Amino acid sequence: MQDFIQHIINGISLGSIYALIALGYTMVYGILKMINFAHSDVYMVGAFAAYYFARWMGIENNPGISSLITLLLVSMVCCSLLGLVIERLAYRPLRNAPKLNILITAIGVSLFLEYSGQVVFGADPKVFPSVINDFVLFNIGNVELKSFDVTVLVVSIIAMVALQFLIFKTKIGRAMRAVSSNASVASLMGVNPDRIIAFTFVVGSALAGVGSVLVGMKYPKIDPLMGMMIGMKAFVAAVLGGIGNLGGAVLGALIMGLSEEMVVAYLSSTYRDALAFGILIVILIFKPAGLLGKYSVEKV
Amino acid sequence: MIRTVKSPLLAFITLCFLGFILDFGLNAYFQLILLFALVNCLLSMSLNLVNGYTGQFSLGHAGFMAIGAYFSAYANTHWDIIPPSFQAIEYFIYSLGGGLLAAVAGFLVGLPSLRLKGDYLAIVTLGFGEIIRVALLNMDFLGGPRGYSGIPGFGSFLFSFIFASVWLVICFFTIWRVMHSTYGRGFLSVREDEIAAEAMGINTTRMKVRSFVLSSFFAGVAGSLFAHFTNFINPSSFTFLLSVNAVIMVVLGGMGSMTGSIVAAVFLTILPEALRPLQEITGVDLRMVIYSLLLILVMILRPKGLFGDNEITDVWRKYVRRSA
Repeated sequence: MQDFIQHIINGISLGSIYALIALGYTMVYGILKMINFAHSDVYMVGAFAAYYFARWMGIENNPGISSLITLLLVSMVCCSLLGLVIERLAYRPLRNAPKLNILITAIGVSLFLEYSGQVVFGADPKVFPSVINDFVLFNIGNVELKSFDVTVLVVSIIAMVALQFLIFKTKIGRAMRAVSSNASVASLMGVNPDRIIAFTFVVGSALAGVGSVLVGMKYPKIDPLMGMMIGMKAFVAAVLGGIGNLGGAVLGALIMGLSEEMVVAYLSSTYRDALAFGILIVILIFKPAGLLGKYSVEKV
Repeated sequence: MIRTVKSPLLAFITLCFLGFILDFGLNAYFQLILLFALVNCLLSMSLNLVNGYTGQFSLGHAGFMAIGAYFSAYANTHWDIIPPSFQAIEYFIYSLGGGLLAAVAGFLVGLPSLRLKGDYLAIVTLGFGEIIRVALLNMDFLGGPRGYSGIPGFGSFLFSFIFASVWLVICFFTIWRVMHSTYGRGFLSVREDEIAAEAMGINTTRMKVRSFVLSSFFAGVAGSLFAHFTNFINPSSFTFLLSVNAVIMVVLGGMGSMTGSIVAAVFLTILPEALRPLQEITGVDLRMVIYSLLLILVMILRPKGLFGDNEITDVWRKYVRRSA
């Protein structure tokens, strides 16, 4: 029983990281109706930016809350800039192209980031500096609540609440929702869709940046291909909750995190990567719109 | 009857002749690259049927290739049904079996997932490919992560080349004939406008599943050829990257152009080898960077690929007409 509760704590902590990345997928999908395959590689670049910045500033020597915030900001800024550049150079020229072409371009961008990452950063894994100290906050029996898990949870909740505020309470958030439901009508109402789409990429990439620092803190081994698998899982989480739906992405990510933790704990760790795809296939076959998604009828 | 057999036979004889010349003209390194080029031709043609002609995006061809490769490897080392002097026939039968097994897998994958469209289909097929790979990692009788070594090959380049040519010709002309039949028009209509095709009474799901099954059959055959040529396979030979490579070949050659896929497959097999000196100068592996940049640039500058949906003969004809 105590093991079980410990696994649930780990699963929620993992799920909240997935949620941060899944939100980026779901936001871009909601507005552009495309899967941004490169999102997970933006996340990878964020992790490396934080790594190099931490080494440059010597942050590894004095871990603490302030260094966490610094690294989060650095990573967010780098990721947003990268997201902006990708949108401008690769996706905007294809705004009205067939969906297949956009998908292939997204895969191309993803591969480009991964392998340029290998060229620039080197292919060998690097150890992420310790951002804050890991200690047991309190324990009940054998169940331990560690400071890492609490930090991950708190930071992700802050980021998600901020996102919620941005989208539902601000003017630019209303513009984003307008572009999402109908871009051409929104442009008639005085919204510039290109700017809103660029802004969406900035926000989504910034969330990926937050996720990258949290992952680096919790699983301190980063390499240029680290985005591949976590991106797939976050994407599955977004689809599971209903892609384009913010609450759905968080719900899906929590389900993913918990089920992965359970599979590793009670079955075998070799199946952890197959699990995500298994869930995805089952969901797409029985409920293609996801748990919280709505069906849309395609009009001729 | 004679007309339907004439051009495949001519193509086959030409290929055999080419193989005979190359047998003397090249060293072993180039010969191996050439054999891989043939495998890639087969793979990209089969993927072209799904991605190019039917307009469905599949990213799981590495999985089907793995099925074919593992079946062929297992069968060749464990079953002896034909006396050794007719070993070529045995290879043929096993590669056929690998293809059929992959086709069955393609049917099982395609039937539920082809109701999905575009991006989702890509992800689901990618997922199936990964699941096949993870399953192979966990199968101990197939070597698991250690891989499968000691797969018998053909011994000589000429035999390998001819064996691959047989399958290449079969694949090319099968797809060619299918695409020029009523079925082919069905595939094309699904690509052009699925809803309109549905309204015209075409069972789009059935069309998609059929193209998918045929395509996975040839991917399985390509896998078994790959197994024979390398004599060693392991699950990490069939990753996501292999599927992406096949997609790049189809996209570069032109989605819906058979000869385009062949040209692109040969080009993209030789390119990494040609880039090897560059790698030695710079000290880093730039191949995939160049690959992916190529993919992005082709998509932005020439969205339909090099040949579009023209065959190379059409391009030639147009060129001749323009210069005349």
